[in-house]
Amino acid sequence: MISNPASQPSETNRFERTKIKEAVIEIVSDSGEGAQKCGQSLGAISAKMGNGVWTVEIIPAEIQPPARSKAGASGIRVRMGSNKITNMGDHADLVVALNEQVLYGRIDQNAYKPGTYLLIENKWATHTEETAIAYKESIEHFTELGYHIFEIPMEKECLKHVSDAKKGKNMWVLGLLCNLYDRDLEIAANQVKYIFRKKDEKIIQSNLDLLYAGYEYANENFPMHFTIPSKLSEEDYVVMNGNEAISLGVMAAGIEVCSMYPITPATSATHAMAETIESAGGIIHQAEDEIAAIGFAVGSSYAGKTAVTITSGPGIALKTEFIGLAVMAEIPLVIIDVQRGGPSTGLPTKVEQGDLLAVLYGAPGDSPKVIIAPSTIEECFHFVILARKLAESFRTPVFVLTDANLATGVQPFPRPKIKPEWFAGPIDQSPWKDGVKVYDWDKNTGISKRPIPGQKGGMYTLTGLAHDEDSHVAYDPAINQRAVESRSRKLAALRETLKPPTIHGEEEGDLLLVGWGSTRGAIEEAAERAREKGAKVSSIHLRFLSPMEPGLKDIFSKFKKVMTVEINYSDTVGNPLITEENRRYSQLAWYLRAQTLTDIDCLSNVYGQPMSPIQILQRLEKELNLTLID
Amino acid sequence: MISFQPDFCEIALPEEGHYSIEDYGSSKARWCSGCGAHTILHSVQKLCEDEQLPPEKTVFVSGIGCSSRFPHYMKTYGFHGLHGRALPVASGVKFRRPDLNVFVITGDGDCCSIGAGHWVHGIRYNMKMVVLLFDNSIYGLTKKQTSPTSPLGTHSNTHPRGSVIPPINPIQSTLGFPNVSFVAQTVDWKPAHLNATLKKAFDHPGLAFVRIVQRCPIWMRDTYEPTVKDPNALTLLDHEDGILLDEKAKSTFRHIQEHDPSNLIKAREVAELVKETTPIGLFYQNKNAIRYDEYGAHNLGISVEERMGAINTLMDRYAI
Repeated sequence: MISNPASQPSETNRFERTKIKEAVIEIVSDSGEGAQKCGQSLGAISAKMGNGVWTVEIIPAEIQPPARSKAGASGIRVRMGSNKITNMGDHADLVVALNEQVLYGRIDQNAYKPGTYLLIENKWATHTEETAIAYKESIEHFTELGYHIFEIPMEKECLKHVSDAKKGKNMWVLGLLCNLYDRDLEIAANQVKYIFRKKDEKIIQSNLDLLYAGYEYANENFPMHFTIPSKLSEEDYVVMNGNEAISLGVMAAGIEVCSMYPITPATSATHAMAETIESAGGIIHQAEDEIAAIGFAVGSSYAGKTAVTITSGPGIALKTEFIGLAVMAEIPLVIIDVQRGGPSTGLPTKVEQGDLLAVLYGAPGDSPKVIIAPSTIEECFHFVILARKLAESFRTPVFVLTDANLATGVQPFPRPKIKPEWFAGPIDQSPWKDGVKVYDWDKNTGISKRPIPGQKGGMYTLTGLAHDEDSHVAYDPAINQRAVESRSRKLAALRETLKPPTIHGEEEGDLLLVGWGSTRGAIEEAAERAREKGAKVSSIHLRFLSPMEPGLKDIFSKFKKVMTVEINYSDTVGNPLITEENRRYSQLAWYLRAQTLTDIDCLSNVYGQPMSPIQILQRLEKELNLTLID
Repeated sequence: MISFQPDFCEIALPEEGHYSIEDYGSSKARWCSGCGAHTILHSVQKLCEDEQLPPEKTVFVSGIGCSSRFPHYMKTYGFHGLHGRALPVASGVKFRRPDLNVFVITGDGDCCSIGAGHWVHGIRYNMKMVVLLFDNSIYGLTKKQTSPTSPLGTHSNTHPRGSVIPPINPIQSTLGFPNVSFVAQTVDWKPAHLNATLKKAFDHPGLAFVRIVQRCPIWMRDTYEPTVKDPNALTLLDHEDGILLDEKAKSTFRHIQEHDPSNLIKAREVAELVKETTPIGLFYQNKNAIRYDEYGAHNLGISVEERMGAINTLMDRYAI
């Protein structure tokens, strides 16, 4: 039994707190100092208190960049509020920095604004001469930039409780933040106990001591104390990141084979299910390479076992030939692509939506496939289940496109109630109906039913070569035309079942924003803030990218201008050599222009950062000639 | 399978449920006349008949190349997939379907070149299946390019002055892969040995890798014709635990060498002999190697309730 020490704060509300609607907090440090653990805990505590939360990790590309390097910021942003939070927000309100150097990278990324509180570890002021000079210069520089600086003796305070401050400083910071933002200390203590549940009691106790010490320190040494009112929901909630939601979705979809090869940022989804999946009826196969990973999944699916492969852009590139085979031979398969920055190895830990066209068209010949894109953490869970169902109903590969922002973003959502019908039944081993062809393409829908090995009378040889209804190799021109038509028609058949996207805002106006994937929260928040200032801005968010949701051309026609918002590259007219005529559009804009013959513009960039509402608002101000930002 | 017994028939028809060799044959094979693949096809169909494999429970997985057309000529389930990728597909088929008999048909380009990575790992997974490497030492379907097993100096359309890098010895390579459990070599023109080898491979509790030295009468006639005719070209590996031949079949060999297939080190030495003569027989067998398909099947048949319970328990961890 762990006892609460004497140092546990007794009075938690001895001063006036400023009531705020939301706060954006960052904790940044060198790698390995536990900043992310600290922020995740703050997010979890806040979610448990009934606040809306979104957390996003700040990840350097290397596992351990050199200490105190300007680009080496490792950490986390936590945005929490009274209402539901759907994105990382604009500028941070308060930052805890375990060294001052890592702040430079974040400042370059425009993460802070004048007035942002910077709480900086001050041990560097008395470190080596060189470090002390750098520290002093930085503090002066940050002051000039208008930040509100607090130099905090974090190390010194921690050393009062532990012999090595490296272990546990993050929990001291957590305590401090809990006080500044009026977090429930009992929930916080339980969170600490949960984090260290596998450690011995001594370690748990020392981390609790630090939590309370940080809390106590914040009582005395700050002029600002806040509270963020919250409302506990009656409903059960879970809080997790997108990859964790995918992992649960994979198991709840009754997937029996999860075949993968390690790749950032996709693989943490596999980690999250690794301990449980075998009790949930599935197995993870870590293949020898990306190609084998999908080949194994294809083989399992051919043999009637539901299969998924999880990867990111470079993996998709390698899997392309098998994706083409799965389309050609009509093999149901769920392919999850957690997108990162490209091309090539690109930005492994950072976000981009640049696989859209590669997935849509990245195979020789005409290879229609289904592509769906979750826009929230909750949808990451449900879309895997949907994908499996679509894959089997339409006998086709189905892509689930998420991205690095959804993968690591944490958000609470109503706890899904697992349903037995989500699981695959036992495979059909009844005799194949006499006379039914292996590819008995329905004239109207293109859909056919497949035999599974073990079914008597269903024997056929699947082939990636052009084939007829019997799966016999056939190079006959008419047969190939009909086969390609049938596979394409399946998408049209699926499209018939879809509804037009919901319009956020008025059905007509000056500007329509179109997004897909993880940018939804930022787009809807920006549009809403713009509308509050009188702008006639609406937005839609696409969940189905292939086939496209119906009614788009009609919706577009009611707005003076249509613009996609995406984390992708596009040329900017006015840059050297770039004109309206030769401009290369970002991927969704390109695709929508082709599909709807509408002149669609794009707001797009490849900073590798999640889209923030303010970025969108800045562009809206230009487009609409209005002042929208306070 | 014959499913009726006409009363006017005078000869005894096989019983209901008995498969004859015709039950495994599909369309006429379209390999070149004199291609070694024809005899292998016949031998495989004979194995299916001898073992009475239900066609619906039998899957032939291939890659791309002359040999990989094989599944189209079998009346079983088949998967004619991608160049070099037969092993991952076959592994996926077998992983959670222990009830299926899985055969892999691959060629020298397919297995030892474009699919070489899967070859290493497929051997290491050691799932129960028979892998037949149809090795004619040339790319046939694309019309005579040097293959990874083409002898040094082979004249081909990519190396008209002769190939310049020594070939891979597939037996020796396979014997070097971790968890290897069965390696045998045979030739397409010795049907008794081919049949006996296939039988031994099928009975092996793990992945049985069989390299079949195969004639290509179109592109490699000069290489194979002397070999087929030369009684000194082959050395039979003989052992009571190896490929068993009757005396008559044995008598067709001029060179017979005793080799204990439990001895991996010795097997690697024997594999070196290929420079003077082609040793055929069982190089190595270990019936106790770890099998990945047993792991794949270990949690089959969990009820939906149990599955839901496990997921809910994990979800509790995220509950707030």
